[in-house]
Amino acid sequence: MKKQNRRDFFKTAAILGTTIAGISTKTAKAEAKNILSEDRMGVLVDTTVCIGCRNCEWACKNAHDLSSGPLEKYGDWSVFKHMRRPDAKSLTVVNEYNNPKNANIPINVKVQCMHCDHPACVSACIVGAFSKNENGAVTWNTKKCIGCRYCMVACPFQVPAFEYDKAINPEIRKCDFCFERTKVGKLPACVEICPVEALTYGSRNDLIKIARNRIKRNPELYKSHIYGEYEVGGTSWLYIASEEFQKLAFPKLNDKPAPGVSESIQHGIFAYFVPPASLYALLGGLMWITKKRKDSGEAE
Amino acid sequence: MMNSYMKPTPVSKKFFTPGVIVLVVLAINGLTFLFARLVFGIGSVTNLNNQYPWGIWIGIDVAAGVALAAGGFTTAALGHVIHRTHYQDIVRPALLTALLGYTFVALSVSMDIGRWYYIWHPLIMWNGTSALFEVGICVMIYMTVLYIEFLPIITERFINHVHLRGILSTLNRPVEKMLLLLDRGLSKVMFVFIILGVVLSTLHQSSLGTLMIIAGPKMHPLWQTPVLPLLFLLSAISVGFPMVIFESILASRSFGLKPEMKILSSLGTMVAPILGVYLAFKIGDMFIRETFVYLTEFNTASVMFVIEVLFGVIIPLRMFLSKEVLKSPLWLFIASSLVIFGVLLNRINNFVTAYTPPYSFGSYFPSIGEISVTIGFASLLILLYRIIVLNFPIISLPDKHYTPHTKFAIKGSEQ
Repeated sequence: MKKQNRRDFFKTAAILGTTIAGISTKTAKAEAKNILSEDRMGVLVDTTVCIGCRNCEWACKNAHDLSSGPLEKYGDWSVFKHMRRPDAKSLTVVNEYNNPKNANIPINVKVQCMHCDHPACVSACIVGAFSKNENGAVTWNTKKCIGCRYCMVACPFQVPAFEYDKAINPEIRKCDFCFERTKVGKLPACVEICPVEALTYGSRNDLIKIARNRIKRNPELYKSHIYGEYEVGGTSWLYIASEEFQKLAFPKLNDKPAPGVSESIQHGIFAYFVPPASLYALLGGLMWITKKRKDSGEAE
Repeated sequence: MMNSYMKPTPVSKKFFTPGVIVLVVLAINGLTFLFARLVFGIGSVTNLNNQYPWGIWIGIDVAAGVALAAGGFTTAALGHVIHRTHYQDIVRPALLTALLGYTFVALSVSMDIGRWYYIWHPLIMWNGTSALFEVGICVMIYMTVLYIEFLPIITERFINHVHLRGILSTLNRPVEKMLLLLDRGLSKVMFVFIILGVVLSTLHQSSLGTLMIIAGPKMHPLWQTPVLPLLFLLSAISVGFPMVIFESILASRSFGLKPEMKILSSLGTMVAPILGVYLAFKIGDMFIRETFVYLTEFNTASVMFVIEVLFGVIIPLRMFLSKEVLKSPLWLFIASSLVIFGVLLNRINNFVTAYTPPYSFGSYFPSIGEISVTIGFASLLILLYRIIVLNFPIISLPDKHYTPHTKFAIKGSEQ
């Protein structure tokens, strides 16, 4: 530090500057995608049609190599006493709520990942283990995940679940929109098994039209709100219901994409490394000036 | 350079004291739970679940750990960037605390993530939109920088003191030469790392605040604000000097030395203005977002917020403005402890108290295992600090071999 002259200072500073610039341009090749395709698919859940048979829970487990047990057991409606949430062992669950219009016909709501158009998990993940795929599915990559659980902190729907009981390779588990099945032209397992067609699989744009149509044709039955059309910037899964969504335990969310504020701050701080580089230059200058002043002060 | 009577010297005291034995027991207890976590998974020792994915290992060990290690970059900026050389004596202890602090932050993170053996993934798998990625990369680089900044202390310790025995004795001269070379090379480029360290610190201290912003409505409005990065940076800067004062007084007591009150009081004078700016932003933000309405409710969040701001910011701010406090080691210690408490509580509040998941089946409180590991890591840190201070030139002690050549060295005013 002592024999630092001005020329050395600038030389070293310049070398460091170019190194940082080099790193910033050389973005690591990432397989993680964040595609928002016009033709992305979705599912419309009509909660007025759902009968709470829970066959979708069974089919989902089978499609994802989770132990499912016999289908007959899913007729047990006592599980509806408590609200359940998706976890590492069941990626979708059906809950039941009172119907104020007709107490004999309760309202059943299937819960799973909403497959956001601007997913918080994709934005938050430290290693880019999440992808928003062209067909709308938000998927997770076990090869990248480090198990930090920031996706769980970020998700506005509190969907990703973690295998807390595993010491080695615990996974983040959530609905993957049956990515492996749809790839080969099959329907998502839950959609395929639903006996009453409460679930409609199709292009998201078409689904919105269908939903609007149903609401228009039957305004007494439906609340005029398609949950997921605008929530957190839109989701691939859409819901229509005869009751206010907050009463069916849907979170009240605004129309702005969940990662919005966080990303703009992040990009503000790191606008092409200009702010950090300027700070570096500023401190360097300060260091040089105060050193010069101190040295001349000592020489006198 | 300024000649002084003080010179960094290894402290000559014995390692074991009753306090040290307590720390050893606490450390072993923590490591036992850590072992259970490694064998049976995170769920076996923590109260974490799908509703509460992050607990005190992130809130205290990582977030508060990073903030409390801020003494490293604030004193580096003071001593090396703006050349306030009379603070030189505190730079090394602060550097060591930062180094150990960040090492334990890294350790805690690896133990909190599910796949600790993939901790290196962020180095090659990038996600520019992730605040956590930014924090991770910055912390990794900064830790390297801290180790580089520490190297001169190691070379200083061993130059002229290389005494390898037996067959290795032929290596004495080459090792000596290498150390000299390293020392000379380091002193030429060190300024690069010092500035880099300050820049990296401002970056990740603020990005730690960005972390929780993406949680949106899951975070209590008393803490959830877009200016969180700024609040985190300001509070980190404000806790830097109090942390140095706190440690310095503690170390002096533990080693039976006289606290360097001249340096500590003048450090103390800088605390109030910084705390004031932090408080202004915190209160200003509260009024702009009109979140004070939540203070009329009586619940955990409002109580914790009031404790944090009152005891952690306002009271110590008033104390640091008082001349009597700045002069007295005891009061200075209490005031500094309050600032540290305030920042610690702020990080716990941001990461734990404020987090209210939409679907929760009960609230989160850390398990015995989580608390044990946190305390265990802290004990280990203190033990390592002691070992290093006893063996390396960190703490400045009166130099016995130094005889003043000039008359203007005023010994009386040093006290």
